[in-house]
Amino acid sequence: MNTRDRPDFQVIASWVQPGERVLDLGCGDGELLRLLIEARGARGYGIEIDDANVLAAVKNGMNVIQSDLEAGLSGFEDASFDHVVLSQTLQAMRHTEAIVFEMLRVGREAVVSFPNFGYWKHRMDILKGHMPVSERLPYQWYDTPNIHLCTIADFDDFCARRAIVVKERRVFDEGRLITEEHNFLGSLAVYRITRG
Amino acid sequence: MSGVGLVAAQRAHFAAPLALRSGAVVPAFDLVYETYGRLNAARSNAILVCHALSGNHHVAGHYADDAHNLGWWDNIVGPGRPLDTERFFVVGVNNLGGFHGSTGPVSPNPATGKPWGADFPLVTVDDWVQAQARLADLLGIDSWAAVIGGSLGGMQALQWAINLPERVRHSLVIAAAPKLTAQNIAFNDVARQAIITDPDFHGGHYYEHGVRPLRGLRLARMLGHITYLSDDQMAEKFGRVLKSGAFTFGYDVEFEIESYLRYQGDKFAGVFDANTYLLMTKALDYFDPAHHFAGDLAAALAPARAKFLIVSFTTDWRFAPARSREIVNALLKNKQEVSYAEIDCNFGHDSFLMDDAQYHALVRAYLERVVL
Repeated sequence: MNTRDRPDFQVIASWVQPGERVLDLGCGDGELLRLLIEARGARGYGIEIDDANVLAAVKNGMNVIQSDLEAGLSGFEDASFDHVVLSQTLQAMRHTEAIVFEMLRVGREAVVSFPNFGYWKHRMDILKGHMPVSERLPYQWYDTPNIHLCTIADFDDFCARRAIVVKERRVFDEGRLITEEHNFLGSLAVYRITRG
Repeated sequence: MSGVGLVAAQRAHFAAPLALRSGAVVPAFDLVYETYGRLNAARSNAILVCHALSGNHHVAGHYADDAHNLGWWDNIVGPGRPLDTERFFVVGVNNLGGFHGSTGPVSPNPATGKPWGADFPLVTVDDWVQAQARLADLLGIDSWAAVIGGSLGGMQALQWAINLPERVRHSLVIAAAPKLTAQNIAFNDVARQAIITDPDFHGGHYYEHGVRPLRGLRLARMLGHITYLSDDQMAEKFGRVLKSGAFTFGYDVEFEIESYLRYQGDKFAGVFDANTYLLMTKALDYFDPAHHFAGDLAAALAPARAKFLIVSFTTDWRFAPARSREIVNALLKNKQEVSYAEIDCNFGHDSFLMDDAQYHALVRAYLERVVL
């Protein structure tokens, strides 16, 4: 995978310290996990539901557990990981709120990244009368897996209402770090959150 | 078509007594085994294949005098197959208590000169691991690259990792469970009762009466077979199809499923030993590594140093995926290395014997990363 497509990977890697334990939810082919293990000396597991991805993750030498995130993380003990990562998957989950709580139960902190629906190009699409289609939201309304899209402002509100502490937030567009007007200029948001 | 081609069974004799978990002692014993591929100079490429209830040492290939007798897991062992014999040295062994040549109920009891019969001591999965370790010693294998098995074989792979952690680098536990449920034990007991109440059983000493409890063994296998298949698969394969196309209003075979089960029962009863069947089902019932740890499976697994691949099958209701997840969760609790896959395969418990693309690709991918 091209890391330019996943600028969140480098940010997540910078938040993980050597020897820390990571659980990567929806780990795909295990590329992020591998980066965290090889570049950061982390240890951990991925969770993945798709057969082809499970196979790819095993080929990548990763520990992967085939499981449905919608069913929660019931096999995992409280506070058993330093970081629980959900990279660009939150918006496709049915039980969005439940998975965030599960992440904060199992992990000391959670890392969540998602496409920002408030991105200016998305707003333009809406103004023009259409559902947004972009690099980060490449689907049409009728075939999108994204059922819980939100803006950065929405996610901030969610955290505030649920007493979730935002430790850090990084926002990107086309692989570049955005330093101002996050909710307008950023197409991808990466949050580091903990229990309040 | 077999991958490894012609094979021949070998026999090893172990003269030192083996103390069993039950307290009984087997004074000396033989194990028959087969090997495929070559043990490398470092003796680091050996894989032990553990068999299930009705399996044996003949895992792959065929015999010169019996070309049709293909090993029971031939589809996964051979050059270029998931257990690649170009890379690995694969060992299949008939467990203690078997009747395919290893010491068991049909072997002569040294105390009487007659077959052990029902006097052969009950063995447990622990005892098998101990006996298999003797074979590993003999073959010069200090540590297995992997121990692999399905069902009762998977239980042995798990027990190896617990009992002899320094001797197992990878443990592949397929379609297994950390212990049987009451329902599982119930099925086993009905099977045992079918055998034990057969008038030809003679308290397990049927050999000296020149008979075999074929009816009991047949019923036991028919019952077992039902539990190895999935409801969907049975519906798909047999449905309510009638052999003659119409009801005959009698007790002869009418439905295809009856015909199939009776055929399977007869075939099995013709070639399997009832005492071995009884003993294997008891080994299943007794298996419970957490027993000595107040039911705490994680505590039982804590000594293991192996990396684990746990595999279950969606349609397996005898050892359902949730049972494999119990093993996975215990390993996760211990922060041990584990991967887990739930294979969508229609063949129930028997799926572990099938050539399912995802399943075989996964075992292949996992074993490719095993460092020799």
